[in-house]
Amino acid sequence: MTALLRAEGIKKAYGGVQALNGASIDVDEGCVAGLIGPNGSGKTTLFNVITGYERADEGDVYFAGQAITNASPDKVFATGVGRTFQLTRIFPRLTVIENMLIAAQGRERPKNLLSWFGKDAWTQHRRHATELLGFVGIERHANVLAGSLSYGQRKLLELAYVLVADPAVILLDEPAGGVNPTLVNHIADRIRQLNAEQGKTFLIVEHNMEFVMGLCATITVLESGSSVVSGPPDIIRTDKRVLDAYLGADLEEDPR
Amino acid sequence: MSESVADGSIRKESSMRILDRSLKGGGLLVLAVIVIAFPQVYSNPAITNYGVYALIYVTVASAWNIFSGNTGYISLGMAVFYGSGAYALGAAASGWHLQGTSAFYLVPFAGVVGAIIAVPFGLIALRVRRHTFIVITIAVFFIFQLMAYNLSFTHGTIGMNAPFLSWPAAGYNTPFYYIALAIAALTILLAWLIRRSRFGLQLRAIRDDEDRARGLGVRTMRVKLSAFIISGAMTAMIGSVWFFYVTQVQPNTGFDPLFDLTIVLMAFLGGYGSIAGTVLGALIIEPLTLWLNTQPQFSGGYLSQILLGAVFLLVVLFMPRGIVPTAGEWITKIRTRGRPAVMPTTSIGTPDATGAGAASGSGSVSATSIGSGSTGGAR
Repeated sequence: MTALLRAEGIKKAYGGVQALNGASIDVDEGCVAGLIGPNGSGKTTLFNVITGYERADEGDVYFAGQAITNASPDKVFATGVGRTFQLTRIFPRLTVIENMLIAAQGRERPKNLLSWFGKDAWTQHRRHATELLGFVGIERHANVLAGSLSYGQRKLLELAYVLVADPAVILLDEPAGGVNPTLVNHIADRIRQLNAEQGKTFLIVEHNMEFVMGLCATITVLESGSSVVSGPPDIIRTDKRVLDAYLGADLEEDPR
Repeated sequence: MSESVADGSIRKESSMRILDRSLKGGGLLVLAVIVIAFPQVYSNPAITNYGVYALIYVTVASAWNIFSGNTGYISLGMAVFYGSGAYALGAAASGWHLQGTSAFYLVPFAGVVGAIIAVPFGLIALRVRRHTFIVITIAVFFIFQLMAYNLSFTHGTIGMNAPFLSWPAAGYNTPFYYIALAIAALTILLAWLIRRSRFGLQLRAIRDDEDRARGLGVRTMRVKLSAFIISGAMTAMIGSVWFFYVTQVQPNTGFDPLFDLTIVLMAFLGGYGSIAGTVLGALIIEPLTLWLNTQPQFSGGYLSQILLGAVFLLVVLFMPRGIVPTAGEWITKIRTRGRPAVMPTTSIGTPDATGAGAASGSGSVSATSIGSGSTGGAR
């Protein structure tokens, strides 16, 4: 298997704080990969660098063998890397379906200026968007302002609208954070289903260990901005450095 | 059984929608007849003058709304386009020796000038957001006013005179009324087309979260700049018509600092971001200002501005979202009175399997949830 998404030796400093210090990660095609680490270890910064929201000081990002280092967010998205945010970032004053349509047209370029003004140009987008809302289970709210959704529903909307553009790799920043346990299982099921049925590749940042261990095939551990270790959950769970740095004892009590 | 209930409610819904649509269409038609007949019925120049100015400000406020109302970038630099349109028409008419009515062909030219000015203006100002953007638009405005004072072709404080029209005074305003009406209608049509298009959706996504929109593939700079250019072009066109109408422009009338404040006031009074609201705001404020200025007790116009400021404060206090959105809310409240709350929110976390069971099991499922929710779950 080839690495579909690869970040190598990424360095990023904010003033005097070295947020990333040579972090590397490989995500194989068709794999659900996890990225864990203590607070402030640079997980979200690495996401931001990969998706073009932050510029790396050093290092390279490759998608399908092609360098996308420091490309702008819209270009990264257009090549096929979609992401969600830790604190959901939806468009609160657009309806749920409009949120979906924004993402749906993101990867295509309008043929001419007039197509920008056409309303019916995206009827097929609308159908696809409605299907995906059904997939995550919020299609009843399609015509509601997204700002009126609950936090959990926003998480689902964000997942759906990343899916609508059909990216090859999906980066999820704490999909289970602040969400009730039933919904956590619902989200995990959807990820598994997408991975199994459509071969979608995922990279997931998550603090919920049960969620990560149960879902991810490989896990990379970040600490102080560098990748400490990478491997399948069983290895990670028993790695001494990881246990010291991050996991503590609670995981051994609750194997999954 | 429940099927037929849902069916009935759907039929009622669609017949309501047809009624709604025909009401709207009829209303627009009546409105069109009224605005077209207006100068014929009230041919008194003092009255048609109100009409011309009202239409000028309807255009300007709608043009402002296309950019600022959709993107949330509050521009206080629209006078740049208004004054430039005026000066462009004046300079071109004298440069190309166009006289009389033939100078009207220069109105679209003024629009092109406005669009061209909007490109560098937008490229610079749209790099920054919120307060910084507002400050930059004001700075650019003053640069243009200074240029009007100091460049040679603008003739400093003397300003420029429009080509002379040898029309009789009695019907002088009427052609201006119809030209302004045409440009106003075009601007409102553009605003409406943009509102319902993918372009408009992208603009509103920028308003909500520009970075996120960018991350979803919206080319934000291009989209913002396009709206800014459209808005600038329409403003410059109506600016040139205004210049023709008042026959002269000076730096402090073409580039008037109060101009942009008035537009913003109109938009906020009527309903920020709403097309109808902006039009309504312009229709209320501009004639009111003109009327107050003609009253001897408010001579000088300053008192009228204070009064308008007071009106604005009242609006902000009692309907902060503006007239149209607030009225819309009241109407929906009256219409939906007695109906069950929209979409009973069942817990979203319910897995699909149990979700279906719960829906069939619970006794009190309302018609709305049967209509839309029965196909729920992933497939």
